[in-house]
Amino acid sequence: MRMTRFREKLENDEDSKGSSSGGGGGGGGGGGTAMRIIVPLQGVVQGRGGLILGSVIPCALFYFLQLYIRRNRSSSSSSSSPPSPSQPSGLPRSSSNLFSRLSTGPVYISSRASTIAKSDDNPYYVGLKKVTEDPYDALNNPDGVIQLGLAENKLSLNLVRDWMAENMKDSIIGAKGGGDLNIHGIATYQPFDGLMEFKVAVAGFMSQVMEGSVSFNPSLMILTSGATPALEILSFCLADPGNAFLVPSPYYPGFDRDLKWRTGVELIPVPCRSTDNFSLSVTALDRAFNQAKKRGLKVRGVLISNPSNPVGNMMSSETLYDLLDFAREKNIHIISDEIFAGSTHGDQEFVSIAKVLESDDFDRSRIHIIYGLSKDLSLPGSRVGVIYSFNENVLAAAKKLARFSSISAPTQHLLISMLSDTRFIREYVETNKKRIRRMYLAFVEGLKQLGIECMQSSGGFYCWANMSGLIRSYSEKGELELWDKLLNIAKINVTPGSSCHCIEPGWFRCCFTTLTENDIPVVMERIRKISETCKS
Amino acid sequence: MGSTSSEQQKNLLSKIATNHGHGEDSPYFDGWKAYDENPYHPTKNPDGVIQMGLAENQLCFDFIEDWIKRNPQASICTTEGIQEFKDTAIFQDYHGLPAFREAVAKFMGKVRGERVRFDPDRIVMGGGSTGANEMITFCLADPGDAFLIPSPYYPAFDRDLRWRTGVQLLPIICESSNDFKITKAALEMAYEKAQQANINVKGLMIINPSNPLGTILDKETLQTIVSFINQKNIHLICDEIYAATVFSQPKFISIAEIIEGDGSCNPNLIHIVYSLSKDMGFPGFRVGIIYSYNDEVVNCARKMSSFGLVSTQTQHLIASMLSDDEFIGKFIIENSNRLATRYKNIRRELDKVSIGCLKSNAGLFCWMDLRKLLKEPTLQEEMVLWGKIIKEVKLNFSPGSSFHCYEPGWFRVCFANMDDETMEIALKRLQKFVKRSKEKRCGSKEEILQKQSSAKHLIS
Repeated sequence: MRMTRFREKLENDEDSKGSSSGGGGGGGGGGGTAMRIIVPLQGVVQGRGGLILGSVIPCALFYFLQLYIRRNRSSSSSSSSPPSPSQPSGLPRSSSNLFSRLSTGPVYISSRASTIAKSDDNPYYVGLKKVTEDPYDALNNPDGVIQLGLAENKLSLNLVRDWMAENMKDSIIGAKGGGDLNIHGIATYQPFDGLMEFKVAVAGFMSQVMEGSVSFNPSLMILTSGATPALEILSFCLADPGNAFLVPSPYYPGFDRDLKWRTGVELIPVPCRSTDNFSLSVTALDRAFNQAKKRGLKVRGVLISNPSNPVGNMMSSETLYDLLDFAREKNIHIISDEIFAGSTHGDQEFVSIAKVLESDDFDRSRIHIIYGLSKDLSLPGSRVGVIYSFNENVLAAAKKLARFSSISAPTQHLLISMLSDTRFIREYVETNKKRIRRMYLAFVEGLKQLGIECMQSSGGFYCWANMSGLIRSYSEKGELELWDKLLNIAKINVTPGSSCHCIEPGWFRCCFTTLTENDIPVVMERIRKISETCKS
Repeated sequence: MGSTSSEQQKNLLSKIATNHGHGEDSPYFDGWKAYDENPYHPTKNPDGVIQMGLAENQLCFDFIEDWIKRNPQASICTTEGIQEFKDTAIFQDYHGLPAFREAVAKFMGKVRGERVRFDPDRIVMGGGSTGANEMITFCLADPGDAFLIPSPYYPAFDRDLRWRTGVQLLPIICESSNDFKITKAALEMAYEKAQQANINVKGLMIINPSNPLGTILDKETLQTIVSFINQKNIHLICDEIYAATVFSQPKFISIAEIIEGDGSCNPNLIHIVYSLSKDMGFPGFRVGIIYSYNDEVVNCARKMSSFGLVSTQTQHLIASMLSDDEFIGKFIIENSNRLATRYKNIRRELDKVSIGCLKSNAGLFCWMDLRKLLKEPTLQEEMVLWGKIIKEVKLNFSPGSSFHCYEPGWFRVCFANMDDETMEIALKRLQKFVKRSKEKRCGSKEEILQKQSSAKHLIS
């Protein structure tokens, strides 16, 4: 049962030996090795394995561990695997220099470049690719792959488009007021962390989407070309290579690339349980922190997403208070990714960590917020991300780093106009929330009819569905088999929980905001067909 | 509770956040600070510092403004362009809009006189050329590895190529005695030095046309470089960001031309960095490009471009503009002519006070020879002279030492980021300063002679 997950990890390692470097830089394909040992052991401890398994498992584990170590050692000494030097896990980076000097002929790129080839196998990316190759279209390609794996919102795009058509008629490149185009203000070098005018507009927008519950200070913002670089830059500022962040799991698969890849930082998943509605437990954080310490890993912070991705639940004020206490006690940072703050659809109220800070005399120097316009304003193409920090040293460092990821000036000017139209923004936010809620209810109901329950959630563009009833073996392998069927037979792209480091097999993230209401029955029908084959 | 001390505060941050890798302590940036504090303005602040340290191309803005006005559909927020909105607003694929990549590939080919064609599928976006240069470094080298780079070179490379990547830069010394050309001997010497210090050289970085020299590499030098990197099996990164700023003969030769004709070179080692910031004058748009002949590098860089994508609205605008063949054809010629005129003007005015520049035919600056204004050929004297130029003459020149130039007395002076009137004023200020410096020296001689003759009088 659960042994299969560990065995699979070994198989993966054997396959990857020949092609690229190992180590921690791989994509989000599997969870940490730690979890894969702990979970089966937990199974044994809880008595599910029985006496035979209880003695077989530890022996088998020991044997496999030896095998694993021996294989990795032999792969490190052979440098004949083109085109890149293989880097065994555990050895410091400098050893890769030695290997590349020994060999001639093949062209060596960096070990960072090599690891990225491996992550292409991650179901999250495989699914996205399949959709681009054969995208569903109700009229032109009704048999194509339906995209439920990308958290994008098309429901309210027409509102934004209409606003632009009405307001930008007389102007060019969005410079409102028409008249003379001042190219000097757009084409020349601008402050790398964003125009102050734009920061003011974004701060106002953030406050509006959070229903005015908290106000944001533009001077505490650094703007970047998307939330992806915002998160990476913050990671570079808060942690050194080899340090770690604790991340409650399941979490957004993209974190594995965005936060770890070039920074050399580790992510330690802290599992949340369905019995707790997948909400964060500070006890679990504490345990993970201590375990990391024992392994010699320095934890620099906790990364939370609120509203969370992929589950869609929101943090209560109590949990946020506990989290703040925890961070203060351990002297670590909190990064709160609030990118879905304006995309809530339930009855629960969203509470920003900034709000909690306001109400108490907490030390703010460790608290940082990530935001962006991709989700709440449906404009991922515009590439606008925000680092919001109360720590002036972090702001100073991030400001210098923003030059690698600056926002196009014409885009800033265009959006200043839109964000400043507070009446439009208010209407947009309200309408958008209603539309998300309608789709959410319809989608969840559709799944319910098929016997698939979703986790209660009130934010984001997706639902977190429990399809464990449809999988043959209650394991990651079983989950991936179902994912494969859904993608290649039913032709719907959903994100399997294992890509999100969920330790309970069978959960899938399904995004519904790229669909129209007519698409829902199509999706449900395809799932129904699959579920029938699974049950037989 | 309570706030942490400032020492504790610093410890909360990473090494990268607290070290000096940002390089902003260099004199290159001090001059900018002086400008920021006291910027020149023709009416509001005529005694302010004139910015001649920023390589920005403002000479053709009127051309571009005109095109934009005549082509409202290029900007997706107008009635004509709004049809495109739905597709572009949502589009965030790191492959970039196909139309954008095709347009950029075509433009790159045009700039090189259609002597070579570029494949749109090898075009990858970066956050401006700053982001693109850093990205290619991340793709090719690990922390501790090194790139060789001919000096003098653009100061910000110390930050862009090293700060977050952990890669080292090792200079290849070029001398004024042979017009700062890159020689085989210098390449070999730099490589050998690295070997002896046990440093792993991963690649060679060249900037062609050169910043700060403004010169282009001739065919022989390019071929020498290509065989050097092939022999050592190291990468070659060619920053060709100034390719369209070539304003007189000889013609620009891109590394792409050398590769296409040469079957013995391993294309997997060749990478080009490009941008629209200098050629078109669009630094604000943040359009940086990596073009690599190595499939793995393209694949890796493409994923990394998530950290520096160009907004789709900008991609759309650029795609339209660069596809307008007639406009681009005229633009390239006009741009080149205006730069040539500026350059000729400067050389003429400098000749009047016997100040020379390195003979150059590209770039947005000239490499000025002020060695004879130094009391002694030392770094300290260069800093003294630079201090005077900033504070007394109120011109922001960039001192050669910040470009890692080993010979004191050279300064980079930008000339494309201002209008004709400001240029005139700047040149007049410089001429006055040079004359004053000469008079001071002569004046002291006269004083000595006078004293000597009056002493003679007393004696006789």
